[in-house]
Amino acid sequence: MNITLLEAVFYVLSAIIAVCAVLTVTTGKILRSATYLLFVLFGTAGIYFLLGYTFLGAVQLMVYAGGIVVLYVFSILLTRSDKDMRYKIGKAKLVSALLTCGVGAALVIFLICTNTFAWTEIPQDIIELPAHKIGMDLIGTGKYQYILPFEVVSVLLLACMIGGILIARKH
Amino acid sequence: MDIHILYYLIISTIMLFCGIYGFFTRKNLLALLISVELMLNATNINFAVFNRYLFPDALEGHFFTLFGIAIAAAETAVAIAIIINVYRNLKQILTDDITDLRG
Repeated sequence: MNITLLEAVFYVLSAIIAVCAVLTVTTGKILRSATYLLFVLFGTAGIYFLLGYTFLGAVQLMVYAGGIVVLYVFSILLTRSDKDMRYKIGKAKLVSALLTCGVGAALVIFLICTNTFAWTEIPQDIIELPAHKIGMDLIGTGKYQYILPFEVVSVLLLACMIGGILIARKH
Repeated sequence: MDIHILYYLIISTIMLFCGIYGFFTRKNLLALLISVELMLNATNINFAVFNRYLFPDALEGHFFTLFGIAIAAAETAVAIAIIINVYRNLKQILTDDITDLRG
């Protein structure tokens, strides 16, 4: 039984992701929940690195781990919600949620395991995607190039910035 | 590279259903938003993995993940602005207590 370095890294990353994802939604303190979310996001970035999408992994680290989690922590402290997590959930609701998620996860895993398209596909050798190609595709106007979505996303981010300032400012 | 595509899909399935479970059981608005982030991340992993394994010459899934991350960031910023404003006006953050719009 030979385990290559990539496989070992993948198994460690998936263990981190699975454990921290479960802890994110089951822990009682919301600050801990945000911290476990941070570890899940780190694991996701590691999976992007493993797939050869290093630019995507870097974006994930910067935007999610650097931006969004900090935003969460600040807003948790601003709304004083770290003591508000001790509420009672009805037993029927808890059981039904657990049942829904368990049955749904089992169904999805059964479907992807019995699907034949995934088994016949031969895994490719993973090579790193060069940043030059990403940049050229992102600002090109030809087929399979993405200048229009790029501009739309920039307008969306501007609108969100203005909207966030307008909503959150003191009247 | 012998990691099969199924392993990635199973990991993202676990992540997605953790998010759904959190969305069902949490009552704090910020905890709900954290669950939504988990679900978005699971879909992003799926896009990247399908692109790398099934269509290694194309880049559609890669760019979809990139735009998905940008849209998730925008969504989080606006949602947190709204939640902070709700807290400032109503002094409540739990979904059970915010009932002003209930008919």
